[in-house]
Amino acid sequence: MPSLNYVAPATVQEAVRLLAGASGLAKVLSGGTDLLVQLRSGRTRPELIVDTKKIPGIIGIREENGGFVIGAATPGMALFEHPTLKQTWPGVVEAANLIGSKQVQGRASLAGNLCNASPAADSVPAMIAAGATCLIAGSDGTRQAKVEDIVTGPGRTSLARDEFIVEFRLPKREPRSGDAYLRFIPRTEMDIAVVGCGVCVTLDANGVCTAARVVLGAVAPTPVLVPEAAAALVGHKLDDATLEMLDAAARRACNPIDDKRGTIDYRTKVAGVLARRTAAIAFNRASGGKSAGGH
Amino acid sequence: MSKIHVTTTINGEPAEFLCEPHQTLLDVLRNELNLTGSKEGCASGDCGACSVIVDGRLMCSCLMLAVESTGHEVTTIEGVAKGDELHPVQRQFLQHAALQCGFCTPGLIVAAKALLDRNTNPTETEARYWLAGNLCRCTGYDKVIRAVLDAAAEMRGETVA
Repeated sequence: MPSLNYVAPATVQEAVRLLAGASGLAKVLSGGTDLLVQLRSGRTRPELIVDTKKIPGIIGIREENGGFVIGAATPGMALFEHPTLKQTWPGVVEAANLIGSKQVQGRASLAGNLCNASPAADSVPAMIAAGATCLIAGSDGTRQAKVEDIVTGPGRTSLARDEFIVEFRLPKREPRSGDAYLRFIPRTEMDIAVVGCGVCVTLDANGVCTAARVVLGAVAPTPVLVPEAAAALVGHKLDDATLEMLDAAARRACNPIDDKRGTIDYRTKVAGVLARRTAAIAFNRASGGKSAGGH
Repeated sequence: MSKIHVTTTINGEPAEFLCEPHQTLLDVLRNELNLTGSKEGCASGDCGACSVIVDGRLMCSCLMLAVESTGHEVTTIEGVAKGDELHPVQRQFLQHAALQCGFCTPGLIVAAKALLDRNTNPTETEARYWLAGNLCRCTGYDKVIRAVLDAAAEMRGETVA
């Protein structure tokens, strides 16, 4: 392996300075469950690794203005262990806890899952559906971005070379709203999504949907927010006609690859089915039910 | 870059070592510290044979740089027994003969201990999902699960048949 340097800065500013000053490729390290595999296989050959985990606040969850601030390097398991977060945004927590094994969940972070930029990343559709934003630090200071604006293609993000994600913000959950994430895999555990689907809905007192976000994973080069699928839900209760419109809109949004996990036709069909099932859980939660999501 | 000096805690004892930036914790445990109980199966976080507990969290030591262990508490399979007294999980693995070739066993025992540290009353389903990241190609998992559930019962103070 060529010469590799490792640094663990204690502040955001120092991390940015190190990233900006690197002459070759610099990689940000949070949980490392993707980065270490890529280092070993030679898929990435950085000259510098900037470990963010010594930065105060980069690991941890706090409630703020009715929402949540989640440190970028917080492991998925910590999300699962946070009772209020789990109760408020169950879809996000379930998605984070579908990533790899318990060993991986003890380490893997939301920022890593997002910035690894796999089209099949489990936490990303759930975060987008929930309306999550991230705080990004760079040489010019910090900026806020929507999670859906980060991934630009497989393995590619909109972050500049001197930028990294410091924290995520989940908004205050609206009354009578609920989120859910489901993924489809051929096994029961430890696999990569054939299709993933995140849905967040808000209902009125009669159970009619007033706002919705529907996001698909693993069916396009990036996770896709599907406004047409959301439009199929808004103004309706979750009846058969609504589900049929949702299913069709989800299928139309698909632009998947053919690979060993599924053909184009198969992924497209599953996207429609998964959208129906995920929406049913989100509606149930929005009306006070406790449907289980995840698998 | 010269080697990095790392100070950490392994199995309750202060430990220090020198490592290259790219060396994994697994590599250092096995090849520098002679703690060869943790195994390298896949080296990509899929098989769980290198499972360790860091600050109470189960993880794969192949997915962690050795330098990242700085200031943390690492428990390996060598630290699971208390002196000559086996951990209930170890005792029940022997009782059930929950191993054949034994390669996955250290990782399974560490992972099972991590489960029982947080929940001494897991359902069979919970135990199976928890251990899904530990691959065994010999046993078919059934004896493993029975051993873990009996270890849990033992830890709850129940008599195990």
